[in-house]
Amino acid sequence: MITFSCRLARPRFVLEADFSFPGGCLALFGASGSGKTTIVRLIAGIERPDRGRIALGDHVLVDTAAGIWEPAHRRRVGLVFQDGQLLPHLSVLQNLSYGRYFAPAGAKGVSFDEVVDLLGIGHLLTARPLTLSGGERQRVAIGRALLAAPRILVMDEPLASLDAERKHEILPFVERLRDELKLPIVYVSHAIAEVARLANRVVRLAGGRVIAEGTPTDVFAAEAPEDAADRFETVSFLSGRVIRENPEFAVSIVAHPAGEIVIPAPLERNAGTVRVAIQATNVSLATERPRNLSVRTVLEGRIERIAAGSGPSAVVTVELKGGDRIAAYVTRHAISDLALARGREIFVLVKAVSIDERGVGRFDGSKGSKVEE
Amino acid sequence: MFEAITPEEMVAIRLSLRVATVAVVMSLPVAVLVAYVLSRGNFRGKILLDGLVHMPLVLPPVVTGYVLLILFGRRGPLGAFLEQTFGIVLSFRWTGAALAAAVMSFPLMVRAIRLALDAIDRRSEEAAATLGASPVWVFATVTVPLAFPGIVAGIVLAFAKALGEFGATITFVSNIPGETQTIPAAIYTYTQTPGGEAGALRLSLIAMALAFAALIVSEILIRRSGQARADVE
Repeated sequence: MITFSCRLARPRFVLEADFSFPGGCLALFGASGSGKTTIVRLIAGIERPDRGRIALGDHVLVDTAAGIWEPAHRRRVGLVFQDGQLLPHLSVLQNLSYGRYFAPAGAKGVSFDEVVDLLGIGHLLTARPLTLSGGERQRVAIGRALLAAPRILVMDEPLASLDAERKHEILPFVERLRDELKLPIVYVSHAIAEVARLANRVVRLAGGRVIAEGTPTDVFAAEAPEDAADRFETVSFLSGRVIRENPEFAVSIVAHPAGEIVIPAPLERNAGTVRVAIQATNVSLATERPRNLSVRTVLEGRIERIAAGSGPSAVVTVELKGGDRIAAYVTRHAISDLALARGREIFVLVKAVSIDERGVGRFDGSKGSKVEE
Repeated sequence: MFEAITPEEMVAIRLSLRVATVAVVMSLPVAVLVAYVLSRGNFRGKILLDGLVHMPLVLPPVVTGYVLLILFGRRGPLGAFLEQTFGIVLSFRWTGAALAAAVMSFPLMVRAIRLALDAIDRRSEEAAATLGASPVWVFATVTVPLAFPGIVAGIVLAFAKALGEFGATITFVSNIPGETQTIPAAIYTYTQTPGGEAGALRLSLIAMALAFAALIVSEILIRRSGQARADVE
C-alpha cells in the first residue's frame, strides 16, 4: 500500500494531492503543469513537502508532522527520468553498476544478468550514454534503477521523448516488471494508450489537485467533460481473450461477451486476456444491427445513462453484455433523431482502425502486488 | 644580448614556480568549496561572500598586499597566531609570497570553477542521489568529474596569475633575492638597474613561455576529460 498526502506551495503553483494505491501500476495522468513531476520528485525525496506524509507500506519516507525525513539516497525509490538522465561521464556499464554499488548487500532484487537480459542491453555495456538512441538510453535508465534494488519504481514520462516504434520496444518491458518482478510502479504519462495498457489504477491531476482517482475505466469514462476539447480523453476499457488471428488481413479477434472486437494488429494468441482502450469519440451507436457497413466491431448492450449539457455533444454510457461499460460521444442531434433513451437496447460500433494497438496490453486482471519491504 | 640565464635568474624562476605551485595547490580545495557554496548555496550573506572573494580582483594589488601585511605580519593578529601555534612565519618569506599569490589568484579560480558547477545539469546529481549516493558521494563521483574542465581552467588561470603576481607580493614580502624575488620582481629590479635590459627581456620571454605552456597543458587536459563526451560528435 502506498499512501501519498502532500502540500507544496511554489510561486504560481500549489500542489495539494492525496491518493493511495495497493500496488501494481498507478498512473499519474494529467496535462503538463498539473503536478505529476512534482509528485514524482516528492516521492523520490528530491523535493520536500511543506507538509504531508508519504509512506510505502509501514515504511515512512516523509512525515512532516512526525518530523520524519528520509533523504533521497536512503529511500531506494527507483526513479526513471523523462530523458533517462544517465550520468554522461560514465559508460553504460558504470551507469548500471552505480546504483548497485549503493544498494544494501542483502537487498532483494534482480541480478545484473537478469536485468541486462530483460532489457536487451548487453551489447551496449561499453558505450557512452550520449551515443545511445532514445530507446536504448531509456532501457539503460530502467536497468540502472532496477539494479539499485528499489522498493518502488517511479517512471516520469519514460516514453515521452520516444517515437512510436521505440515505445513499442519499452512497453512490454514495463509490463514484465509489473507482472514478473511484482514491483509497484508509479507511471507518469499523458498518453492514454500507455496508461490503458499498464495501469490498474489512475490518479488524474489538474492544477496541482487530484480530480479523479480509480480504475482506468472509472477515470476515463466518467461524466461528459465540461470542456469539449476533453472529449478525446474519454476512454473506455474492454477486456477479452485473444481467440484468433487473421493473418490474411493482419488483424486479431478478441472475444468479448457482447461480441467480437477486431484489433488492427496481429497479436500473439497466447497473449491471453488483453485490455483494449476505445476512445469515446470513435464509438457509434445503432438501434439495429447494421448491414453493409465497413465497421467491423459490433457489440450489444443497453443504454445506461445519457449525459448531455447545452453543448452540441453528449456522452452515452452503454452497459454491454457481460457487464463492461463503454462510453460513446455522439451529438445531441443524433440522440434526438434516434430517440435514444435510458434502458434501450443498442448496438455499439467501433471502427477497427480507430483502435490504437499500442494501447492493447496483456492484463491479467489481478489487483496488483503488495509493496515488498 | 642572449647570454645564458644567470644563476640569480634561475633562482627567481625556480622560486616563481614553487610559489605558484604551492599557491594553487593550497587554494584549490578552498576554491572548490567556495565555488560550490556560491553555486549551490542559497543563504543570506551570499552576496557578501561573493564580494569578498572577488575583492582582490578589483582592489589595487598594493592594498591587498598591505592588508596581508597587517594581518599576517609577525605582529599581526593572524601572523602572531600562526607563528606561536605552528611556527609558520609568512612575512618576508617565500611562504608569504605564496599566500599573496594565492589570495590574488583566488577569484579567478573560484570564478572558473563556479561557472563549471553552474553549467552542470542538476538532474545528474539528483539521479545519482536516487540511486543511493549520499551527498558526499554525489559530489565526488558526479559533480567533480562533470566540473573537471572548469576546475582545470581555474587551476591554469590561477597558476598563470600567481606566476605574474607583483604588487601584493612586493608589498607583503618585499623583494629579497632567493627568498621572495619572483620573476616579476626580478624583472622590476632589472629595469631599475643600469644595463639590466637584457636580463629583463630574458625573464620576460621566460614568463611568456611559462604562461603559454600552462595554457597548452590545460587545453590537453580538458580535451582528454572531454573525450568521453566528444565520442558523440
